[in-house]
Amino acid sequence: MKGHLLSAGDLSRDDAELILTTAEEMRSLADRPIKKLPALRGRTVVNLFFEDSTRTRMSFEAAAKRLSADVINFSAKGSSVSKGESLKDTAMTLEAMGADAVVVRHWASGAAYNLAHAGWSRSTVVNAGDGTHEHPTQALLDAFTMVRHLGPLDGRRVAIVGDVLHSRVARSNALLLQTLGAEVTLVAPPTLLPYGVETWGVETGYDIDAVLPKADVVMMLRVQRERMTDSYFPSTREYSRRYGLDARRMGALQDHTIVMHPGPMVRGMEITADVADSDRSVIVEQVTNGVAVRMAVLYLLLGGSEPALGGAENVQSGTDGTGTTTEETNA
Amino acid sequence: MTTYLIKGASILGGEPTDLLIADGVIKSIGSQASTGLDRRSSPVETIDAAGLIALPGLVDLHTHLREPGREDAETVETGTQAAALGGFTAVHAMANTDPVADTAGVVEQVWRLGREAGYADVFPVGAVTVGLAGERLAELGAMADSAARVRVFSDDGKCVADPVLMRRALEYVKAFDGVIAQHAQEPRLTEDAQMNEGELSGRLGLRGWPAVAEEAIIARDCLLAQHVKSRLHVCHVSTAGSVEIVRWAKARAEAEGGWTVTAEVCPHHLLLTDELAATYDPIYKVNPPLRTATDVEAVRQGLADGVLDIVATDHAPHPHEDKDCEWQAAAFGMLGLETALSIVQATMVDAGLLDWAGVAERMSYAPARIGRLDNHGRPIAEGEPANIVLYDAAATRVIEASAMSSLSRNTPYAGRELPGQVVATFLRGKATVLDGKLA
Repeated sequence: MKGHLLSAGDLSRDDAELILTTAEEMRSLADRPIKKLPALRGRTVVNLFFEDSTRTRMSFEAAAKRLSADVINFSAKGSSVSKGESLKDTAMTLEAMGADAVVVRHWASGAAYNLAHAGWSRSTVVNAGDGTHEHPTQALLDAFTMVRHLGPLDGRRVAIVGDVLHSRVARSNALLLQTLGAEVTLVAPPTLLPYGVETWGVETGYDIDAVLPKADVVMMLRVQRERMTDSYFPSTREYSRRYGLDARRMGALQDHTIVMHPGPMVRGMEITADVADSDRSVIVEQVTNGVAVRMAVLYLLLGGSEPALGGAENVQSGTDGTGTTTEETNA
Repeated sequence: MTTYLIKGASILGGEPTDLLIADGVIKSIGSQASTGLDRRSSPVETIDAAGLIALPGLVDLHTHLREPGREDAETVETGTQAAALGGFTAVHAMANTDPVADTAGVVEQVWRLGREAGYADVFPVGAVTVGLAGERLAELGAMADSAARVRVFSDDGKCVADPVLMRRALEYVKAFDGVIAQHAQEPRLTEDAQMNEGELSGRLGLRGWPAVAEEAIIARDCLLAQHVKSRLHVCHVSTAGSVEIVRWAKARAEAEGGWTVTAEVCPHHLLLTDELAATYDPIYKVNPPLRTATDVEAVRQGLADGVLDIVATDHAPHPHEDKDCEWQAAAFGMLGLETALSIVQATMVDAGLLDWAGVAERMSYAPARIGRLDNHGRPIAEGEPANIVLYDAAATRVIEASAMSSLSRNTPYAGRELPGQVVATFLRGKATVLDGKLA
């Protein structure tokens, strides 16, 4: 793994698989009486959030704390209009405070990249969502969840349905799932597919009903009601009718197919309550897995000096390349 | 006033010859230059110009000098110093200052500041609409009649999007031979737009600025200029489609007579592509945005063909903090004056698309004609105003942001090696640059 996690596209297949196997170790911790590891003792992880996202922040916070890191939460709200707190000044402040890792959520696409490369700070940067660009840990936890239910993803068909245009989750998933060998189909009204999507190496479609019967995974994306006033589609009703996942459409799925959603859901818009709460839905599990995956990411990037789990040295030394990465990260 | 004897300069790349400059004009050219020296009146400085190309003083139709209002980014003095170092003897100062140059008072202030600085003649551009708000016409006639003699009007930075307002502006300026220089950007198609809309904008999650938003306005404006028989100038053409539309309009205008369309291209659109946005470094954020390699090829060819009449810098200084930030928070624009000639050499001359006479036409004669300047953009000939650049095309230099004369540092070329170096610039016989430094 490189020194930062900025884009799912930066991960090689080996990188991604290492994170997923490490996350599996981390997840087993949940079954232990003491759910805490000493791996990042004395390390400081800053959650730097320029945009509200309680669930992502809590997930990273839980992950860092279970690894015994010190956690500082820094909320610097500022819209793109007001600019608000300067990212540069904040980064330099955190640098001065001795942050080892900065988990950043920002409204501007590329903000995590700037933080890592503009020379403002030397901390390890984890992208927790930048604008409409990427959200790599979400893609990792999604892949982790898929693997737990379906096994290796080679040849598996994943349908991602909804507002792809504005979705950092869709971008990161499209990149990571292809790396892991899955076949991705993006389904949306043409107005909500990005310009140039045909170069992404994924299938695209406008008709959800044509895609559902073949899918192994159906991932529904949140669609903000405001998109209606911008004429991306005529009405929420029409959207739900054409692209929403309801019980009738769920009936077209294969028996093993799982339904996912990165949250927060708009029930009744892109997904109905009966689908969200059905046996196929792994939406709550995604949240659980999010903590394990983020633990793995922080652990691997910050290179914990001790084995992640007692008797699980393989995380450190059993996989080729890990040791080297760890040293690079520390350097 | 110093008399200059320039020895061995090659005018527009021709055979080496001597030039005698005195009293603000070119006294003589050729063998009689040294013999015609009048040694009694004033000191004579001889300049060895062997290997240097003599070009007419460059004229920029599109410069942001930022004064009044943003003297932290640039002033008329520092901006014209940068102009002189880039070989320019005249610049047109865009109207988007604070206050906006939409009254005779503001344009006269800018014009006067330029005269006081003395590094290049400053010709203020007047705003088309009050406050650049796109709602009602500014006092175009008052600015035309002022001491600044404004002939070029532009809301640059913003588009005169209202078709009725654009029609009226094109009609109204006919009374004083003015021209409307349009920043072609359909506003609704470019809300919060960050970079060229293409394959890359989708991947980077940056809101796209589609080519059609430029081309639709250019097409509309060409038709309006035709309809009301006026003069349209299209600022910073950046797409292959725009070149085709301008080509079509020029053919019609030539056949019909009575109306004209001219167009400019910026140096950065001749060289840089949207791929640079992948760095998320806002040094590459500019409006209109950097486009694709296909577009770069098309604007180069358009400039070679004369479909694009001129090179204009769109020199846009910004303070460091407006560029050292997230892409979406950053300001649009890049420096251009001190590197324009080198970029034209690299992309056009060295590529065999333009000779030095062509450079003189695109960077001096034609912009002066569009701006209706009498004493700039004149040929290098006896009796003409001594506005001259001596340029070493064989030199190479690595661009350093910190070495820029502009108050700002936002050059996208830092670290790049570019050909050519301005050695000397003369404004009406007075050296503004000698030995590559401000005189």
